[in-house]
Amino acid sequence: MTLTLGHFLSLGAVLFALSVIGIFLNRKNLIVLLMAIELMLLAVNTNFVAFSYYLGDLNGQIFVFFILTVAAAEAAIGLAILVLLFRLKSNINVDELDSLKG
Amino acid sequence: MDVKTGLFYVFATVLLLAAFRVITARNPVHSVLFLVLAFFQASMIWMLLEAEFLAIALVLVYVGAVMVLFLFVVMMLDINLDGVRQGFWNQFPMAAVVGLVIVVEMSAVLLVGFPISQAPAVMTGLGQTIVETSNTKALGVLMYTHYLYPFEVAAAILLVGMIAAIALTLRHRKHVKAVSPAEQVRVKWAERLTVVKLDATQPAASAPAAQATLEEKKA
Repeated sequence: MTLTLGHFLSLGAVLFALSVIGIFLNRKNLIVLLMAIELMLLAVNTNFVAFSYYLGDLNGQIFVFFILTVAAAEAAIGLAILVLLFRLKSNINVDELDSLKG
Repeated sequence: MDVKTGLFYVFATVLLLAAFRVITARNPVHSVLFLVLAFFQASMIWMLLEAEFLAIALVLVYVGAVMVLFLFVVMMLDINLDGVRQGFWNQFPMAAVVGLVIVVEMSAVLLVGFPISQAPAVMTGLGQTIVETSNTKALGVLMYTHYLYPFEVAAAILLVGMIAAIALTLRHRKHVKAVSPAEQVRVKWAERLTVVKLDATQPAASAPAAQATLEEKKA
């Protein structure tokens, strides 16, 4: 049995589902939530690369490159906010982040 | 079953196990380390898909920079694990159902719907076939010609990210004396410099004093 595009896409789907479960489980721990988002991006990027290979189109890889760039900026700002939050509240429990009561 | 298929299954298994440990590990430091493992496996899978540049970039940029940043932050924060882990498995049934639905539905569509097993012989970018060349070169050619403007925007986004991260975490200490760069730049020459008009030759106002010293020497 040879590899098909479906194999790689299913791997991406399982990875994405795992990170969704991770967001459910770690709903109090902000830093693991950020890691689950990174895993989601990885799953999406894997799909892009697989499509790029099997459809023979290089534009998918360019898109992955831009996703990586934006994800790096996002991680940097997210971690900066996390550090700020920890200084302010001395914990990162999501339940206690209710100062902006809407 | 050829070598490539076997490698795919090995990498995929380790990737999924590492991802599972990322979301269930008790210690966040372990989570980060398992995430590093997951990124390595994903990079190997991208290598199987002949995306060499992105595979290396994932290891260098993600593992080398972003994950190290994560590790720094995790080790810097003193997280109260018991409070965070309280009721960890409470939502698990719900999460498992949602995850299972995602996996079953997507696999049903994807495994059957995309039976492409053979990659096309030539790569194309924007409709033009790319001459047999390295992946990095092909990406670079495409990026510096057609995608030049998005590339510049990406650079601007990185700059904004850097400035935002620094500005957010910068701490102003009250008791430390420092010069404000803004005021330093705004200063005019007139505030720093006073020009005193002096004659080129001085009147002999100090002549008696000089004579006095001369007389002292004689005496």
